[in-house]
Amino acid sequence: MSVVSIKNVNKVFGVNSSEQVDALQDINLEIGANEFVSLIGPSGCGKSTLLRLIADLLSPTSGQVLVNGKPPQQARLDRDYGFVFQAPTLYEWRSVIQNVQLPLEIMGLPSQRRAERAREMLKLVELESFGNLYPWQLSGGMQQRVAIARALAFQPALLLMDEPFGALDEFTRERMNMELLKIWGQTGGTVIFVTHSIAEAVFLSSRVVVMSPRPGRVTKMLEIDLPRPRAFETREDERFFAAVTEVRESLREAYGA
Amino acid sequence: MAHELTASQPSLSRRLADRLRYYLPTLIATVTVLLAWELIVRVFNIQQFLIPKPSSIVAAFIDQRTILFDKVFNTLRGAVGGFALGSLAGIVMALITARWVMLRQAMLPFAIAANSVPIIAFSPILFNWFGPSNPFSWMAIVAVIVFFPVMINMVRGLTQVDPRALELMRSYASGDFKTLFALRIPNSLPFLFSALRVATVLSMIGAVVADFFGVERATIGKYITQESASFKFENTWAAILLVSVIGIAFYLIIVLAERVIMPWHVSVRKSE
Repeated sequence: MSVVSIKNVNKVFGVNSSEQVDALQDINLEIGANEFVSLIGPSGCGKSTLLRLIADLLSPTSGQVLVNGKPPQQARLDRDYGFVFQAPTLYEWRSVIQNVQLPLEIMGLPSQRRAERAREMLKLVELESFGNLYPWQLSGGMQQRVAIARALAFQPALLLMDEPFGALDEFTRERMNMELLKIWGQTGGTVIFVTHSIAEAVFLSSRVVVMSPRPGRVTKMLEIDLPRPRAFETREDERFFAAVTEVRESLREAYGA
Repeated sequence: MAHELTASQPSLSRRLADRLRYYLPTLIATVTVLLAWELIVRVFNIQQFLIPKPSSIVAAFIDQRTILFDKVFNTLRGAVGGFALGSLAGIVMALITARWVMLRQAMLPFAIAANSVPIIAFSPILFNWFGPSNPFSWMAIVAVIVFFPVMINMVRGLTQVDPRALELMRSYASGDFKTLFALRIPNSLPFLFSALRVATVLSMIGAVVADFFGVERATIGKYITQESASFKFENTWAAILLVSVIGIAFYLIIVLAERVIMPWHVSVRKSE
């Protein structure tokens, strides 16, 4: 069974208004367990919208989205996924460890379990000694690691990431990519990752889904069969360059140029 | 970077020196103004009833201190009681209106309009309702003044929440109640405290003006009118001095509470 199954999905914003926007058109996508799938496309291609449909933060205009065989709303209520935004979206009144505990608190875990779990998660993202600091005392990359720890705290089998490293500089981003793969290596599960960086998509993913600009359509799917675990050297591998070139050309085709 | 922040604190003497350097300009300015005031009044031989010397005001203050403290008690009771009542009512109303969008849309424009009405003009009506010597009249007047800014700010704080933060709660399948306590209320605290700071000032003004209208004689407002009427202006100034000092203290108490309750906020963060 697919973890995420998207059939004939359309999304129109502002239906029947003068500002009607066709964000997504006839999307079909099946994502299996333990896949790392990147959605890539130019700004405004609806890749974030697609992620939000899966998360039940938006509803499709037509078509069907299933998460673990359930409607997205049910999956959300069952806490089937963790979501990471582009901005860390940490609560500034909570210390780092309290931020990681937030979902566990909402989900009603006993406080001792919460604290244990949060400490484990901070260890996973290598911030165990920063638990008592406040978000503003951390750098952007560290804040995003806290956000990842928070999303993983309740052990969802599906992780949805909406350009999580988009605001970071290239160098930090590459380091975060490595760390994300390391974390994923430990936790397993399915990751759907929205990005507009070709190198990032290729480096991380087992599959790259290329989308066209408005209305957003899936124009190509590319399997990335670079060996794992991927490391710094992966970026210097010929096959890496070949895959990057392929994605780039697919994007250019999607543009219709 | 974070590890530098966890490094050892600067020494006590160093911190005291920093503090002093921070407050020194204000201190110098205050002393300069007082000296200039004293000097001008003396040199130009300005009449006491126009403006007394700072030294005479202080002398009057010491002379009148028992009476002053006695009278200010009733005024202060009105200010503090009204502040508490009005703020509490504002917070409760904000929580109610923030929960129901319809109610908010109906209430908020009204509250904003009411906030710009000089509510002090209603004080004779409130005295009429609760009695001209009833301490509750003072509190009611102050409460009405304080209510609107507190409510309006609190509603803003409860509703102006980062949409991502709300989506995060939604992704956790959090109920409205949990979202209120985990997100909306903490988000509203900076808004609430800025309203409470303003409210301290408003409540002192409201209480003194209420003194003018009420029949209770043992109030600082009545003392001010009486001493002015008998040309003892240094006593009037002494009373103003006392009310000002109390007003500043009241304000500082709120600032202190703010630091204790939200040490994470930008306005409170210790600078590196």
